[in-house]
Amino acid sequence: MRSLCFYFQVHQPYRLRTYRFFDIGKRHFYFDEYANRTTMQRVSELCYLPMNQLIMKKMEKLGNKLKFALSFSGTVIEQMQQYAPAALESFQKLVATGNVEVLAETYSHSIASMVDKDAFKMQVAEHKKLMKDVFGVKTRTFHNTELIYSNEIGKDVSEMGFDLILTEGARHILGWKSPNYLYVNALNPKMKVMLRNWKLSDEIALNFRNGNFTVESFVEMLNAIPNEEEVVNIFVDYETFGANVDASTGIFDFMEYLPEAVLKYTDFQFVEPHQLADRLQPMGVFDAPIPLSCRDEERDMSTWMGNDLQDDAIATLYSNFKKVKTTKDEELMRDWNALQSSDNFAGMCTKHIGGTPYDFYINYMNILTDFKNRI
Amino acid sequence: MRVLMFGWEFPPHITGGLGTACFGMTKGLAKNGVEVLFVVPKAHGDEDQTNVRLLNASDVTVNIDNEKDRSYWDRVQYMEIGSNIIPYVGPEQFTTMVEESRHATDNFRSSVMAPRYEFSGKYGANLMEEVARYALIGSSLATKYDFDVIHAHDWLTYSAGIAAKETTGKPLVVHMHATEFDRSGENINTNVYAIERRGMEAADLVITVSDWTRNIVINKYGISPDKVITVHNAVEPSDKSLDEYERSGLKSKVVTFLGRITYQKGPEYFVEAAYKILQVDPTIHFVMAGTGDMLQKMVKRVAQLKIGSNFHFTGFLKGNDVDQMFAMSDVFVMPSISEPFGIVPLEAMRLKVPVIISKQSGVSEVVQHALKVDFWDINGLADAIYGICKYKAVSDIFRNEGKEEVDNLKWEYASKKIKAVYEKAININ
Repeated sequence: MRSLCFYFQVHQPYRLRTYRFFDIGKRHFYFDEYANRTTMQRVSELCYLPMNQLIMKKMEKLGNKLKFALSFSGTVIEQMQQYAPAALESFQKLVATGNVEVLAETYSHSIASMVDKDAFKMQVAEHKKLMKDVFGVKTRTFHNTELIYSNEIGKDVSEMGFDLILTEGARHILGWKSPNYLYVNALNPKMKVMLRNWKLSDEIALNFRNGNFTVESFVEMLNAIPNEEEVVNIFVDYETFGANVDASTGIFDFMEYLPEAVLKYTDFQFVEPHQLADRLQPMGVFDAPIPLSCRDEERDMSTWMGNDLQDDAIATLYSNFKKVKTTKDEELMRDWNALQSSDNFAGMCTKHIGGTPYDFYINYMNILTDFKNRI
Repeated sequence: MRVLMFGWEFPPHITGGLGTACFGMTKGLAKNGVEVLFVVPKAHGDEDQTNVRLLNASDVTVNIDNEKDRSYWDRVQYMEIGSNIIPYVGPEQFTTMVEESRHATDNFRSSVMAPRYEFSGKYGANLMEEVARYALIGSSLATKYDFDVIHAHDWLTYSAGIAAKETTGKPLVVHMHATEFDRSGENINTNVYAIERRGMEAADLVITVSDWTRNIVINKYGISPDKVITVHNAVEPSDKSLDEYERSGLKSKVVTFLGRITYQKGPEYFVEAAYKILQVDPTIHFVMAGTGDMLQKMVKRVAQLKIGSNFHFTGFLKGNDVDQMFAMSDVFVMPSISEPFGIVPLEAMRLKVPVIISKQSGVSEVVQHALKVDFWDINGLADAIYGICKYKAVSDIFRNEGKEEVDNLKWEYASKKIKAVYEKAININ
């Protein structure tokens, strides 16, 4: 039997309010409460609740045959606790079945791994603690924000006690090699690396809405994979189902019929990531000297870093880390975490047409100035 | 005495200093016993009309079949259409506007001659159409009201002024608040230049807001020095005190630039000076308030210099927010490359904010208690800012003496001079 590993990312950042120069030093709330609440409630209704219910039913029917993984950012958990407790409860029920692996990641869906090793460690430790508190599980498989990875990051993560990490099966690294095997980190061969099959993942996340993709075509694509290739990893955002891709496209029906079709018409079985590490022999070294991610055609860091706006904002944010590290102030910690979300820097990206990167930067820097004055 | 005045904007609907100056001037004229009929392209209804009677050009209808109305049109000199004269925008905005104005041009004559016309009163793609229509209406209005002299502010209204003069034979005074050279450097729009020049040539007298502008008018437009008179702008004394505003939430000094973020205002020099100062004192904060075609470039430069946590942008401020900004400032800087006058430093001084102004500004001719630097001298600018931030003795003098000084630069006095210009124009005529 070959392995099919589904993993879904669940994440919402804190959206920042318009924070003017006049607010600095006077008003210390940075979030757009209204946008955060309504977004969380909307996504819960459109996606989290119906999708969880659908999967729960499947799991009751299929038992141990249906397994997958979920990864939650700390900021989405916090906001579910605040605005959508029913959604959180339904996630807890899913995890309680014992067939859902909860992955480790950074608390804020941050890019700390690229900037400051200690800040990165702290993010991971906080997240680990939160998963223990909320789901009662000990995470053992690591997945970095948007699958950001390099040899160095893989090594850092292994030093934090993880032995398996997920990343993008990026073509520019793999070359002729297939993502459908287990690999190891180039600096520490004990650190196993599993790769996203972006082709199949994108069929669901990006192409499904065009209407040409069905359970049948999915099964066909799986069967077309050469027999010796052992594992297919499909990673998509959980919000794909019902929020990013509308329910009217039939995406829920797709997920409803997919598990049985896979089990019946292919030689794949559903697994959780940690099972792979135990089960499979690594095929070779995944050598990524330069950081990669799963974002955009470039599959690099350019969504979050590299332009002047982003570089200044990131450097300014993390220059506060030494002081933040020692604080016991809960509000400060919450703000520190929220400000780290990678979404903030994506908002300053100038690669694409549209968006307001300059306004975003101005606003963010005003907040940072106030934040700095508080610590 | 009664004056028919043509302006493009009137508070509170303003984009720059022109509307504010017109407002102060009409108040001052009222004090000097001059009645003002003020024509604006678009009246919003919430303007303060205590000292002025506002005539809304959008309310005036024109009948194309009416012989008389058509004769006004003949007097309105032919305007270059499709030349896309747009002040205050950069090349990127210009491109998008060209597209819009292509449609506009097709409808030009028919819409200008339409019975009713709704002005935007802004500086958009239909600007030339609005200018032409405004001139047409100016001419029409001139026959409906009784007045002694015509006064037109800046090139947008010059055609209306000329038309009114030709219709009624009354003397015309044109007021140069800014020249095309101030707006565009050396790469001037020759059509705007031509309108400015034609207006000044047709006028009986020309008022300039500073000797800086008077020199440009004489040297670059070839206007006879005899007919150009400088009347410096003034500022309305503020009835508000600092206590009415919030103070800055920052514990350190705040240095402010406030104005359109365009080439003419020299925002680059402010950013570079900020960088130099932050190398020495990283606690000082800088604010750039306003908007304009160079805003993005400035944001980018600030990020590149990695001073974003000490350099803030507020966007466009108006009304109370402007004074609020001053109340939070320890230094105000106006590094303009070419500033015909520059009223903003006076507004800052009114609220006891020490100011630094470029020597290339008209306001530097009338203000004593301010530091004056050449706009290009970044080191000098940085020195001046640092000095005021650090040395209390200097800043205290500027605060108190500056306030005293500016309170005596009243529109009442400036308007008296303007009244004298009217009298002279009437006598010449």
